[in-house]
Amino acid sequence: MTAPRTSSVVAALLRAQLRLELRTFESVPAMWLFAVTAFVLFHFGLDRDQLSGDLASGVLWVTLLLAALLAINRLYLADAEQGGFDGFLLSPADRTALLAAKVMTLLCYLVAVEIVAVPVFGVLLLQPPLGQALPGLLAVLALGDLGIAVIGALVGALAIRTQARDLLGPLVSLPLLVPVLLCVARATAPLFDPLHAGTLPLRWLVTVALYDALFGLLAFALFDFLLED
Amino acid sequence: MSPYDPFFTSGPGILASRARDGRLSRPNAPGGDTSSVDGTADLPASAARRVTALSLRAVTRRYGERTALAELTLSVPAGQTLAVLGPNGAGKTTLLRLLATLLAPHGGELVVLGHPLPAEAWAVRGKLGLLGHEPMLYRELTARENLRLHAKLHGVRAERIAELLALVALERRADEPLRTLSRGLVQRVAICRTLLHDPELLLLDEPRANLDPAACEIVEPLIGRASGKTRVIVSHDPAGALLEADLVLGLVRGRAKIIAPSTGLDPSELAELYR
Repeated sequence: MTAPRTSSVVAALLRAQLRLELRTFESVPAMWLFAVTAFVLFHFGLDRDQLSGDLASGVLWVTLLLAALLAINRLYLADAEQGGFDGFLLSPADRTALLAAKVMTLLCYLVAVEIVAVPVFGVLLLQPPLGQALPGLLAVLALGDLGIAVIGALVGALAIRTQARDLLGPLVSLPLLVPVLLCVARATAPLFDPLHAGTLPLRWLVTVALYDALFGLLAFALFDFLLED
Repeated sequence: MSPYDPFFTSGPGILASRARDGRLSRPNAPGGDTSSVDGTADLPASAARRVTALSLRAVTRRYGERTALAELTLSVPAGQTLAVLGPNGAGKTTLLRLLATLLAPHGGELVVLGHPLPAEAWAVRGKLGLLGHEPMLYRELTARENLRLHAKLHGVRAERIAELLALVALERRADEPLRTLSRGLVQRVAICRTLLHDPELLLLDEPRANLDPAACEIVEPLIGRASGKTRVIVSHDPAGALLEADLVLGLVRGRAKIIAPSTGLDPSELAELYR
C-alpha cells in the first residue's frame, strides 16, 4: 500500500461524482430547466423581444447564478446521505482533494448548463448576435464559473452539516457571490452592447480573478475545519 | 506477565469490573485497583505503545447537553477483541466513531495504535477499518466502482479489489449498481471496503447484520477471530459476543457497567444490561 497521490484522489472523486450525476440526473437537468424557464419568463415578463447591454448581461448572470444554487445545495447530498463523507474522512487522503473535486464537479455542471443556456439566451433575448461577443464571453464565463464553483464548494460543505441546509446554502452563498455577479455582469455588459461589441473591460476581469484567488485560498485554509467534528 | 494480558480500569460510573482471575470486583475497593494488572506496565514506553492497540482514560463525549459517553477508561492489547454491548443509545456507536477519528473526545485521553487522538488522527486513518450501520458506499455506483474509489483514497492497488470480491463470492454481481443488490450483498461489499487497505484495527458495528449463515461463514476468515487483527465489535448478541471476544465492555446510558475478560462471564450477566 502506498500513500495516495492527491491528484489521483481528486480524479477518482471527480469520476465518481460525474458518474453519479450521469446515473441520477439530479442536478444538471434541473439547472437546464430552470435557466431556460427563466429566460422564457424574462422574455414575457419584460415584454421585450430583445435585450442588450447591462440588462442582457444582468438577466444572463442572475439566471446562471440562481441555477448554480440548485447544484450547490445538492453538491454534498449523496456524500452526506450515503456515508461518502465518512468513507473519505477515514482515508489518509488529503482533505483538500475533496474540495478540489467538488470545485471541478461544479465547474463541469456549470459548463454543461451554459452549453444549453447561453445559446437559448442568444436566441430568445439577445439583440446583438451572440457570435460576435462569444470569445470575450467565454473568458468572463470561465472566471465567473470559477468564482461560483469555489464559493459553492465551500458553502456547500458548511451547509450540508446543518439541519437547515436548504436555507443556509443560499443564505450564505448569495452575499459571497454578489461581488462575482457585479464583476462578471459589468464585464459582460459591453460585449452585449451593439455599439461596443467585442470590447472586454479588463478591469472587471482582473477584479473577479483576484476575488476567485482570494476565495480559493480561503477555501483551502478553511475546508479541513469544515470537515472535522 | 504476558504483554498481551488485558488491562482494565474503570471510570466513576462503573458498577463492577472483573479482574484477571475472572471474579467481579469493584475498581476502587482494596485489591480492586486493577492498574496492577496492566500487562504493559513493566514494558518500555515504545513497546507498551506497540502492544496496546487502544487506550482510553476517562474519555467523555457529549452531544449538546447529553453525555453519550462518560469517563470511559479501558485498554485493549493488540490482536485482541473487545465486544461492546448495551441497549440502544448506550454510546456504542459513539465509542466506535471516537476510535475511528470521526468524532473528537470532549474529555480524557484517547490513544489508538500508539497515536493520541485527535492530535495524530492523520496517522491512524488508513490503519483502521470501520464497518458501521451505513455501508459508506454510493447506491448508484456498482460494487467495483465503489471499491475502486476507496482503493484510490487509500492508495491501494486495483488487483486487491478482485481478490476481495472473490473472497466474499461477489464477482458475478460486482458490476451491478448497489441499489439493485440485497442488504446482505451490500454488507459483503461494505466488508470489502473495510478490508481494502488491510487495516490493523477493525471497528465493527454488528458486522453480521443482514448476512445469511453461508455468508457469515464466508466472511469469518476476513473479520472473525482468524483475521488476527485487533477488533472492536458492537453486538446485541451476548452469547455470540462472549464466544468471539477476549474482553467485554457493557455500556448503559454512556457509562461502563461491565468491563471484564470474556472468560467466566455469563451471558445472563450481559443480558442484565438490556433490562
